[in-house]
Amino acid sequence: MSTIAVARELPPGVHPEPTSFWRKYIFSLDHKVIGKQYLSYALFMLVIGGLLAMLVRWQLAWPGRPIAFMGKLAPEGMPNGMMLPEFYNSLFTMHATIMIFFAIMPILIGAFGNFVVPLQIGARDMAFPTLNMFSFWTAVPGAVLIIWSFFVTGGAAQAGWTSYAPLSAVMPRGQTLWLLSLLVLGISSLLTAVNLITTIINLRAPGLTFFRLPLTVWALFVTAVLLLLALPVLSGAMIMLLFDRVLGTTFFLPKGLIISGQPLTNAGGGQALLWQHLFWFFGHPEVYIMILPAMGITSEILPVFSRKPIFGYRAMAYSILGIAGLGWIVWGHHMFQSGMNPILGTTFMISTMVIAVPSAIKVFNWLGTLWGGSIRFTTPMLNALAFVSMFVIGGLSGIFMASTPVDIYIHDTYFIVGHIHYVLFGGSLFGAFAGLYFWYPKMFGRKMSDKWGRIHFAITFITFNCVFFPMHFLGMRGMQRRIYDYSQYAHLKGLQPMNQFMTISLFVLGAAQLILVLNFFLSMRRGEPAGDNPWRSNTLEWQTSSPPPHENFHDIPTVYRGPYEYSAPERGSDDHWPQNEPPSGRPVTAHG
Amino acid sequence: MASVAPRGRSYRVALSALGAAAVPSLASALPFWLHLPENVSTFGGKIDGLFTLILWITGTIFVLVEALLLFFLFRYRHREGRPAHYTHGSNRLEVIWTIVPAVICVILALLSRRSWAEIKQNMPHGAMNVEVTAEQFAWNIRYPGPDGKLNTADDLVTLNQLHFPVGRPLIVTLHSKDVIHSFFLPEFRVKQDAVPGMTTHIWLEATRVGHWEIACAELCGLGHFRMKGFVTVETPEEFERWMAETAKEAAS
Repeated sequence: MSTIAVARELPPGVHPEPTSFWRKYIFSLDHKVIGKQYLSYALFMLVIGGLLAMLVRWQLAWPGRPIAFMGKLAPEGMPNGMMLPEFYNSLFTMHATIMIFFAIMPILIGAFGNFVVPLQIGARDMAFPTLNMFSFWTAVPGAVLIIWSFFVTGGAAQAGWTSYAPLSAVMPRGQTLWLLSLLVLGISSLLTAVNLITTIINLRAPGLTFFRLPLTVWALFVTAVLLLLALPVLSGAMIMLLFDRVLGTTFFLPKGLIISGQPLTNAGGGQALLWQHLFWFFGHPEVYIMILPAMGITSEILPVFSRKPIFGYRAMAYSILGIAGLGWIVWGHHMFQSGMNPILGTTFMISTMVIAVPSAIKVFNWLGTLWGGSIRFTTPMLNALAFVSMFVIGGLSGIFMASTPVDIYIHDTYFIVGHIHYVLFGGSLFGAFAGLYFWYPKMFGRKMSDKWGRIHFAITFITFNCVFFPMHFLGMRGMQRRIYDYSQYAHLKGLQPMNQFMTISLFVLGAAQLILVLNFFLSMRRGEPAGDNPWRSNTLEWQTSSPPPHENFHDIPTVYRGPYEYSAPERGSDDHWPQNEPPSGRPVTAHG
Repeated sequence: MASVAPRGRSYRVALSALGAAAVPSLASALPFWLHLPENVSTFGGKIDGLFTLILWITGTIFVLVEALLLFFLFRYRHREGRPAHYTHGSNRLEVIWTIVPAVICVILALLSRRSWAEIKQNMPHGAMNVEVTAEQFAWNIRYPGPDGKLNTADDLVTLNQLHFPVGRPLIVTLHSKDVIHSFFLPEFRVKQDAVPGMTTHIWLEATRVGHWEIACAELCGLGHFRMKGFVTVETPEEFERWMAETAKEAAS
C-alpha cells in the first residue's frame, strides 16, 4: 500500500484508509477488496458447482453404480452410495443454479466489475462504496441459503434451474429455500447494477468519453443495464411462485390439478406458461449478462497481446448495444414447443436469427484484431483465444435451435446442454480465466506462473472439448436432458461408452483446476513481481501501482486517447501509448 | 499454440504430435456420430433436411473461422523487428460481415417458417384423433372407438400404448393432469409439451409399420426418466383388429 496516500490530505469524497482488520478486509468499502471478496466467493462456489457436475456425470457414465463415501456424506439422497432419482434431479438443478448465479455472475460482474471498472475509468472507488459493501454481504446469505437447502427435508430444489411451474410449486421445501436464496441474491445484483451504472456515467476521468472507454467497461455497463431491467422481472415471478407455495395463491396453478392422485383444491385461474414467459423474459437477457463481460474481457486482452488497436472499436460497442437491445425480444425461443402459439414461434425465430448478427460482427472483429498483429501467447491471451474459438461453436450451434422445425427435435436434448456449455464454459469461463490471469498482477502485485498457467490452459482446453463436444452427438441421438437413467430407452442404448468418455474427461478437467487453485494461491507470495504495467497496456488501471493504493490514483488521470493505441507509427519503437499520457510529455499520475 | 520459444520446445513438439494424431482419428469418427436416427414420419425428412443444411452452413463457417484464426496466430506471431500493423478497422468490412450473416440468417428463417407452419400450425384433414393425457409418470391414451369420435361412450383408454395405422395422419391432442410433460417421439421428429390447464396439438404420419417409444422430454419429477410409452404403427387391418380386441378386453 502506498505510504504517500496516508501522508497527504485526502480529496473530498475519499475515505481514509481503514486500519482495523474488520474494516480493511471484511467490511471493506474499497472496491478492490470487495472485488477480491467476490472473486473468492465465486471461485468457492465454482468448486461446489463443479463437484455437483461430477456426481451428475458419474450417474450418466455408470447408471446406478454406488459411490461408497457419498453414502455417508448424503445418506438421504444416496443411501449406501446409490443415487436416487430425486437426488439426481437436485444435483443438476443445483449445479446450474450455483454455476449461473453464484459462480459466473459474481466472478464476471462482482469480481471484475468491482475491481476493474473504477480503475479503468480513473475513479477512486465505486460511486456508492457503502452500498457496494452491502451488495457483497447480501450475496453471502444467498449462498448460505442455497447450500443450506441441501440439508432440509426432501433435499435441495429439484425442478431444474428454470423451475418450471407447476412442478416447482409442488416440490419439497428445498424449492422454497431456492426461491429465497435467489431473491436475496437478486437484491445484491440489483444494487451492484445501480452502482456500476452510476459509477460509469459519473466518475469517468476527465477526457474519458464513452467512445474512449475500454470495451470491458462498455460490456459491464450494458450488462448492468440488462441486470437492472431483467432482474426485477425474475424477482416478481419468484415472489409469485413463493406465494403459490406458501400463501395459497394460484398464479401458476390452473384449475383441476391432480398431484399424486390428490386434487389440488386451491388450484384454479393460474397459467403454467406465465412462469415461462416471465422466467425467460429475464432468462434470455441473463444469457447475455453472462457472456457480455467475457466478450469485453476478450476485447481487452486481444489488442494488448496483438500489440494492435482493436479492429472496429465502434462496431464492437454498437454490437454490444445491439445484442442488449435484441436480447429483449427473443425469449420465446425457449418456448417453441411449450404450447405457445406457433405463429408467435415464427416471430421469435426471426428475432433470434437476427441476434446472431451482432455476435458474428464481434467474432470477425476479433479476427481482424489478430490480423497483422504481433501476437504474444501469454496465458491470458491463450484463454482469450480459447474464448473466441469456443464461442464460435456455441454461437453456431445456437442457429440449430433457432430454426423452429429443427428445435422440435433437439429441444430439451443434450444438444441444448452442449450449446449452453460452449457459451457458458467455452465462453464465460474461459473469459473469466483470461481476466483472472490478466488482472492478477494488478490485484496482487505478482504474476501467476506462466508455465503452470499454460499447462492448466492446455489440459482445460482439451478436456473441455472432450466433455462437451460429444453432447451434441448425444442430442442428435435424441438423448433428453435431465434424465437419471437413459438406459431405459431403446433409442439411447449404446450411448454409455460415449458418456463414460465424457465423464472421465470431466474428472481430468476437474483435477486440472487444482493447478489453477495452487497457482492462484502460491503466486501471491512466490510469483514474479509484476511491476505497475507488466503487459505494457494502455488502459488506466496499469498506470498506477500494483496493487493500486487505497484510493487508486495519486491524482486523477486525464485521458487523451482511446484505450487501444498500440504500435502507433508516431511512437517509434514504443508500441504502447497510455491513455493518460499527454500528447507530448510525461503521464500525469503518481508514478509518472 | 504456435508460439515458438527455445524453452519448452520438446513438450510443444509432443503436444503437436498428439494433436496431429487426434485430429484424423476424431474426424474418422464423425460420420458415425454426425447423423440423426432413422426418420419414420412424413414431415421428418424436412426437419432432417433443415438440420443438414444448417450443419453444412455452420460447419463451413466454423472451419473457415477456425482455420483463419489458426492461420493468423501462426502468421502474425511475435517476431523481433516485425511491428504490428496499425489500423482501426475498415467500414467496408464491417458492412460486409454484417450483411452476409444477416442474409444467411433471414434465408434460414424463411426456409424454417414454411416447415414450421406445416408441422405445428396447420393440422391435416382426414386424420385420426387421439387424446393423450399425461400424468406423473404415464401417458393415458384415449381412442375415439368405433364411432370415430372422441369423448363419446365408446372411447377406449390405454396406458402407455399408442397404436395407429400407417398411411393416415394422426392428430394428438395433449393434456396434463399435474405438471408439464413433453410428448417426444424421437424417430417421428415429434415433440410437444403437455401443459396442465391447456390443450395442445401435434400431428404425425408414419411412413412404415414398426415399434418405437414415447419419451418424456420435460422434467416432471423424480420418475421423469421412466415416463416411457410405446408406439405401434400397424397396417389399417391390424389396427382395426387391435382396436376390437382392446374394446373386448375393456368390456369384459
